Amino acid sequence: MAEQEFDKIQTQEYLVNMGPQHPSTHGVLRLLVKLEGEIVHNVEPHIGYIHSGIEKMCESLTYPQLPYLTDRMDYLSAHMNEEAVCLCIEKALEIEVPDRVKYLRTIISELQRLASHQLWWCVMGMDLGALTTFFYGLRDRERILDIFEENCGARLTLNYSVPGGVMFDMHPNFQKRVKEFITYFKKVLPEYDQLLTGNVIFQERTRNVGIFTKEECIAWGVTGPSGRGSGWSCDVRKHEPYSALPFVNFNEVLYYGCDTLDRYKVRIQEMWESMSIIEQLIDNIPEGDYQVKMKGVIKLPEGEFYQRVEAARGDFGVLIISDGKKNPYRVKFRSPGFSNLSALNAMSKGWKIADLVAIMSSLDLVIPDIDR
Amino acid sequence: MALSIYDFTTLTDAIHESLSRSMSPLAVQAIEWTIIGIAILLFVALFGLFLVYAERKVCAFFQQRLGPMRVGKWGLLQTIADFIKLLMKELILPKQADKFLYNLAPFIVIIVSFLAISVVPFAKGLQALDFDIGIFFVTSVTSVGVIGVLLAGWSSNNKYSLIGAMRSGAQIVSYELSVGLSMLTMVILAGSLQISEIVNAQSTGWFIFRGHIPAVIAFFIFVIAGTAETNRGPFDLAEAESELTAGFHTEYSGIKFAFFFLAEYINLFIVSAMAVTVFLGGWMPLHFGHFEGFNHIMDFIPPIVWFFGKIFLVIFLIMWFKWTFPRLRIDQILALEWKFLLPINLFNIVLMTIIVINGWHF
Repeated sequence: MAEQEFDKIQTQEYLVNMGPQHPSTHGVLRLLVKLEGEIVHNVEPHIGYIHSGIEKMCESLTYPQLPYLTDRMDYLSAHMNEEAVCLCIEKALEIEVPDRVKYLRTIISELQRLASHQLWWCVMGMDLGALTTFFYGLRDRERILDIFEENCGARLTLNYSVPGGVMFDMHPNFQKRVKEFITYFKKVLPEYDQLLTGNVIFQERTRNVGIFTKEECIAWGVTGPSGRGSGWSCDVRKHEPYSALPFVNFNEVLYYGCDTLDRYKVRIQEMWESMSIIEQLIDNIPEGDYQVKMKGVIKLPEGEFYQRVEAARGDFGVLIISDGKKNPYRVKFRSPGFSNLSALNAMSKGWKIADLVAIMSSLDLVIPDIDR
Repeated sequence: MALSIYDFTTLTDAIHESLSRSMSPLAVQAIEWTIIGIAILLFVALFGLFLVYAERKVCAFFQQRLGPMRVGKWGLLQTIADFIKLLMKELILPKQADKFLYNLAPFIVIIVSFLAISVVPFAKGLQALDFDIGIFFVTSVTSVGVIGVLLAGWSSNNKYSLIGAMRSGAQIVSYELSVGLSMLTMVILAGSLQISEIVNAQSTGWFIFRGHIPAVIAFFIFVIAGTAETNRGPFDLAEAESELTAGFHTEYSGIKFAFFFLAEYINLFIVSAMAVTVFLGGWMPLHFGHFEGFNHIMDFIPPIVWFFGKIFLVIFLIMWFKWTFPRLRIDQILALEWKFLLPINLFNIVLMTIIVINGWHF
């Protein structure tokens, strides 16, 4: 009798639905996680909950309208996205924008990168259970958003770059406030290390967790800080400098640990590099026009145009196929979040649920960037 | 009848005598029990609410915020408002939940907390139960709480809850060893399991000073293990918001959730109270050897103030942990207990025994 009862008991995989509403998926991402006890056997991301068809919508919009939509993809690196679109259109039209525009674009992009990494840092701490980091990061991010607000009126989706230049000239206070922020943040950034990086529990939670080698990164297309944490030199700013980046000296941050801790360190170090880029540019903004006079209706010549930039999460690419009309024939975005998410299963197999959260956090996913 | 805030035995004796004069001993006992029960209930409710408020304020200041400010002066009535809200909320029973166990679980958790409070010595003569195995009673009673957590996780028919409950089970069962052994270290020094005896033995000096090295080690282990026992950060794996949404109490709402919530804070109080009683001299004032003047001034402060002052110190320490450290992983938590705390604890007991036998303590 007892034996028969025992035979009836079957073990089965523990299937857990993480999301679409879950505190650590940061948006409407749904992960179908197969567990054995605490150990993750398989992660199956289900995406598309906030798919808004941005690529399709682009086909019925005119070229100057494209940057407004790209802002809404990866809203944390909004300016990098719109910069990519503008650069692509300018490349197609063979327009050379004034140096002032280049400088402004790069400064805003790096500020945006700082803001994005700050928010990532808040959330990384929070995912690992250190709730205080959230408020430290947001406190500093607020200062950058204030600068944005004064400069171009928006805080999150900036709409600052337009094909042929930037929408407004910089605000008279812009240089002063950026410099104030840099001096302030240089004092504050070591606090981040004191609170989280140096913590033994944090290091234990992240070191050697979610190892993803350089070869795997290349195979899966894991770019950005996540790829550079595995020692893959994939910084578009270094390899194909755009805007004002050819005028500045900066280091590509590389770590070779391939684990969550090194992906974390890359971003912290990148904040220092971003500050150094801004410092080199902020005092030397050349005089000149902030926009090139463009035609009322922009028509791209027939052909395919591609432009990539380094967004906060990695390699962001824009492909515009034009048939010579006033709206594009086809637009395709290569968003870093999508490729990074695809590697999540390979990264987190065999680790625990808590590690899955840490690994996901170290990839810094923004869901609208994935779903588009 | 001389009322004194230094010695509550006069008050309790007076009540007992005046009741005995007109009633049978059975009725006297019944009335006294009722009084004590109501007193503990009131204390738990008020102190629990206050602790919730304190936690929110402390955490707010760690995070450079102000915390609750709107309801009442400095938000003092915020937790009361929250509690009223919880009382009025709908109690949701998940589909296919084990109804009986689901309803039973919060009561087990909260009853355990009430039981453990009964042996806490608040001041001289202000202790509901004074067993001669008081320490043993506390450790055994608090270990029942895990059953409530396990039942809550199992009966709510939620996968996250089940994982949370299993984690909690593994964690609490492990850390009970450390809590028990570190208290045992001090019992060796005190020579008694009776809580009032332990407090009285510290009249000449707190155990943490008198037992020096092993006592300090035991204190730190007790605070770490105590934090783990109460399921608080950095050991809040059972809830682990970012992993398991809310762990074992995900499916609970309204007053049943409030029970879990309140029990967590009462357990925080119990752990601090035990730390204070066993290591920091209970309600005894701070005395330094032969500084008569200093000692006299310290004696002037009432014991109940001493007790709560020390309690808040320990509670603040535990809150400080929670709002600074990231959460540990389940295997790390178990490794910390079985590979580090337990061996240190066993060694510490031997060390304490050697010290007590040779009289090397103060």
